[in-house]
Amino acid sequence: MILLPCPWCGSRDAGEFSYGGELTPRPDPRTATREQWRDYLYLRDNVAGWTTERWYHRMGCRRYLTVRRNTVTNEVTAP
Amino acid sequence: MTRQQVRRLDSQPGEVIDRECAFEFSWNGSTYPAYAGDTIASALSACGERVFSRSFKYHRPRGLLTASHTDPGCIVQVGDEPNVRGAHRLVEPGMDVRPQDTWPSLAFDVKAANELVSRFLPAGFYYKTFIRPRRLWPTYERVLRRFSHGGVISPDPPAQERLRSYDTRHAHPDVLVAGGGPAGMASAAAAARAGAAVMLVEEEHALGGHLRWGDKADLATLRELRDLVAASGVEVLTNSVVLGRYDHNLAAVVQRGMPRVHERLVKARAKTLVVAPGLIERPYVFAGNDVPGVMLSSAARRLINLHAVKPGDRAVVLTANAQGDATIADLERAGIEVAHVADARRGGDVVRVFGRGCVRGVELVDGRRIACDLLVTAVGWTAPLTLLTMAGDVPAYDSRAARYFPDVSSLPSDVLAAGGVVGDGSVDELVAHADAVGREAARRAGRAGEPVDVPDLRLEPHPELFRARTHGIVDFSEDVSSKELLTAVEEGYSSAELAKRYTTATMGPTQGKLESVNVVAIIAEATGRPISQTGTTTWRPPYAPVTLGALAGRHRDPVRYSPMHPWHEGHGAARLVAGAWIRPDHYGDPAGEALAVRERVGIIDVSPIGKLDLRGPDVPNLLNLLYVNRWSKLAVGRVRYGVMCAEDGVVMDDGVTGRLGAEQYLMSTTSSGAASVWEWVESWLQTEHPQWRVHVTPVTTSYAGINVAGPHSRELLGRVVAEVDLAPEAFPYMHVRAGSVAGVAGCVLWRIGFTGELSYELQVPASYGLHVWQALLDAGGDLGVRAVGIEAQRILRLEKGHLIVGQDTDGLTQGFSAGLDGLIRLDKDDFVGRTELVWQAEAGTSPRLVGLQPDDPAVVPEEGSQLVAGGRLCGRVTSSRWSPTLRRSICLAQVAVGQAEPGTAITVRLPDGRLLPATVTEHLAAVDPEGARLRA
Repeated sequence: MILLPCPWCGSRDAGEFSYGGELTPRPDPRTATREQWRDYLYLRDNVAGWTTERWYHRMGCRRYLTVRRNTVTNEVTAP
Repeated sequence: MTRQQVRRLDSQPGEVIDRECAFEFSWNGSTYPAYAGDTIASALSACGERVFSRSFKYHRPRGLLTASHTDPGCIVQVGDEPNVRGAHRLVEPGMDVRPQDTWPSLAFDVKAANELVSRFLPAGFYYKTFIRPRRLWPTYERVLRRFSHGGVISPDPPAQERLRSYDTRHAHPDVLVAGGGPAGMASAAAAARAGAAVMLVEEEHALGGHLRWGDKADLATLRELRDLVAASGVEVLTNSVVLGRYDHNLAAVVQRGMPRVHERLVKARAKTLVVAPGLIERPYVFAGNDVPGVMLSSAARRLINLHAVKPGDRAVVLTANAQGDATIADLERAGIEVAHVADARRGGDVVRVFGRGCVRGVELVDGRRIACDLLVTAVGWTAPLTLLTMAGDVPAYDSRAARYFPDVSSLPSDVLAAGGVVGDGSVDELVAHADAVGREAARRAGRAGEPVDVPDLRLEPHPELFRARTHGIVDFSEDVSSKELLTAVEEGYSSAELAKRYTTATMGPTQGKLESVNVVAIIAEATGRPISQTGTTTWRPPYAPVTLGALAGRHRDPVRYSPMHPWHEGHGAARLVAGAWIRPDHYGDPAGEALAVRERVGIIDVSPIGKLDLRGPDVPNLLNLLYVNRWSKLAVGRVRYGVMCAEDGVVMDDGVTGRLGAEQYLMSTTSSGAASVWEWVESWLQTEHPQWRVHVTPVTTSYAGINVAGPHSRELLGRVVAEVDLAPEAFPYMHVRAGSVAGVAGCVLWRIGFTGELSYELQVPASYGLHVWQALLDAGGDLGVRAVGIEAQRILRLEKGHLIVGQDTDGLTQGFSAGLDGLIRLDKDDFVGRTELVWQAEAGTSPRLVGLQPDDPAVVPEEGSQLVAGGRLCGRVTSSRWSPTLRRSICLAQVAVGQAEPGTAITVRLPDGRLLPATVTEHLAAVDPEGARLRA
């Protein structure tokens, strides 16, 4: 179980957070093609290395946060 | 007949038994004496017992090897608890201890016949023999199961076993020290004196490590270190083990044998971890090395010095180090005749042991045979590097010292190592090194100070001794011999990892602690490679066994009760577990309860309905974004039904939202969606639209919810409600009002109707819920009011054709498949899920939610029954009940678009295979499809 540095609460156990997955920007729904939209819905890069993700401090301040995390070493930094 | 402690010695200086506290326990059905402080194995050894188990494969008699937690020869059953480490577990008065997996008895085990055919049971025997024919595998499996090892647990354990509790604790020490020997104690005390909060974890029942069974000087050092630890405020956990190290220095520690807690899992988040596990003595491989009476020098010293037990009468000692030499002195002091000392540093060696149930003699390398009943070996050490390899360290074998060493420089900055795993030295040198490590650990944990200069430990030469010229057991738990390892290499399994999996060496209860280096050495010997190039097996967590109970922790699922729960309990309600909530399913007569709502009036506890208080000027924007329908023009006092879809268009939740004031709204969600919808709302507000001014407060449990439903509901409410005009024109359907009910101010009244009847939903400040519930029952006696449960509510909503998200929809049901055609407003600029719903509407190929009428009205098809048309599967029944109102069965169903037209004939395939003809109905609602009743 990794630690996440919540900007409001400090370093907390990841068990307090829910995982929002890789950050995937929402395409403009008025212009998005099916391909772009389904990329947004289903496709993730799943890199072994640095990735930008969203977490929700569900058992704490209940704020969403964006972090950079190395999926290999679990180093975590601000985005 | 009670046994006598014939092998108990006079008082020893370091003994841990309390001779004032004597009691009895039972072994294998007989009564044995013991002292407090004895382990099961030491108490039995004091009475002359030498055989405690039968080996895994060949059922050879086994005795003590290490006399410690890792001892593979003394795993026993205690009461209902299997696989107890008998050389570690302290014996208790009246304890019922039995051998495991012996039949018919420990003394005569028929499965020992396995050994007679042992040349037919080589490595891979089971794989090779029972693979064909495949159809016979179930038979093979039944027979082979009888040969498997392990204790027994009763499916119906005695009460005291069921009450055995497990626990979890979260700890946040600055410094966690794994291992309470001299190095661990010195590190812990030094870190604590430097200001760190320190937790010290020791596997044995007391601190001290090898000092405990050492000589006078060792005992004096032990006293000093114990005083130091006690004075420095270190938290000491004995009979506890660090099982593993995980990301960001989370250490899992299992703490055993507390008065009321059987095992506790301590999740310790340490700023720095000091690994000081000491060294484990390594067994020697030769013919007969598992015969009871062959033991390690540390085992002999433990028995004599800790438990005052004489391990034999006439001993041969094979020694290659100072510990072996010290054992000779201990044996002589205990009155054991040392018949011969084979000094491996001067070419001494043993070839084989004679005897079966116990050692009768030893053959030496020069051919001499010496009669004895005890062979003590001291041939080297294994460094338990598990916690360090888990931290990323790759250990290297050093042939000068004949053991593996960590590369301390490659460790992450928050992991340090001390004691025998790092190097050799006198106790004073090891303590000085550990003291520096402890101070550095405290500094790295954030205590002030300059970096500490940690001295290097030297490396003491030690002969490489793994196997004599004969073959013997390498893995004592799995009964794997050196010969089998050679066979495995010959067959091509020449890497340590492959040979391990093929032979199962290192995979038994000792998990490599005793045998892994010997396994690698024998593979190296077979392949002709040096040990350093042979590789090792991977040591994984858990380092020591842990019960599933400890991993599960205490049972503590949170449960929610509505404020009216005591009334439900007092009136015979059947409990319905709905997520975290305990709800009244019915009060004995769900059909009667449903009819009461249709004909008179009923009150339903709807407290678990999710409620979010939304405030701010941008609430309409939020509602427009999250609901599929239009929300911009909701007037104050009005209520609207809304459905939320996810971005893939799949129906996520539904509920009503009312506008209580200019910038104040109350949103309701499904009971099960209360938490997730809140999270959903927050995610859109915080990440996509942070500029919107909306404040969200969850108020689900702030209110008790009571649905007053039925034709008499207005009359009943008129008797208890103040400040609200209930007249149909003043308070029409889909409106919301605030007022007081039964004297309780601050209630919210919604005129909505899940049941399809004239109905009002009251949100009452939670602490007055029971009062208002009772007041409604008291006021409506003449109206025939009654409490109505959830089952009746489900019947009523199905009669009305109202959707339940998650029941009539699933994880793939998009909006147009949920009967929401009239609700979804694709002409809205954007809402969550719109993009996919546009495409769903364009395609027009997805299933539809329909009402379904079985042609035989008496049959209620089970929910989930398949629908078939023209021999093809075309859908399923999502909801079905017997309708007490219509006196026939009613259903909702998901059907393929081609079969969704009203009047279409569909066949329901019941779970028992019967086929039931049915017809798609005009409306989802079977009762009052026009909605006249709820608008009354």
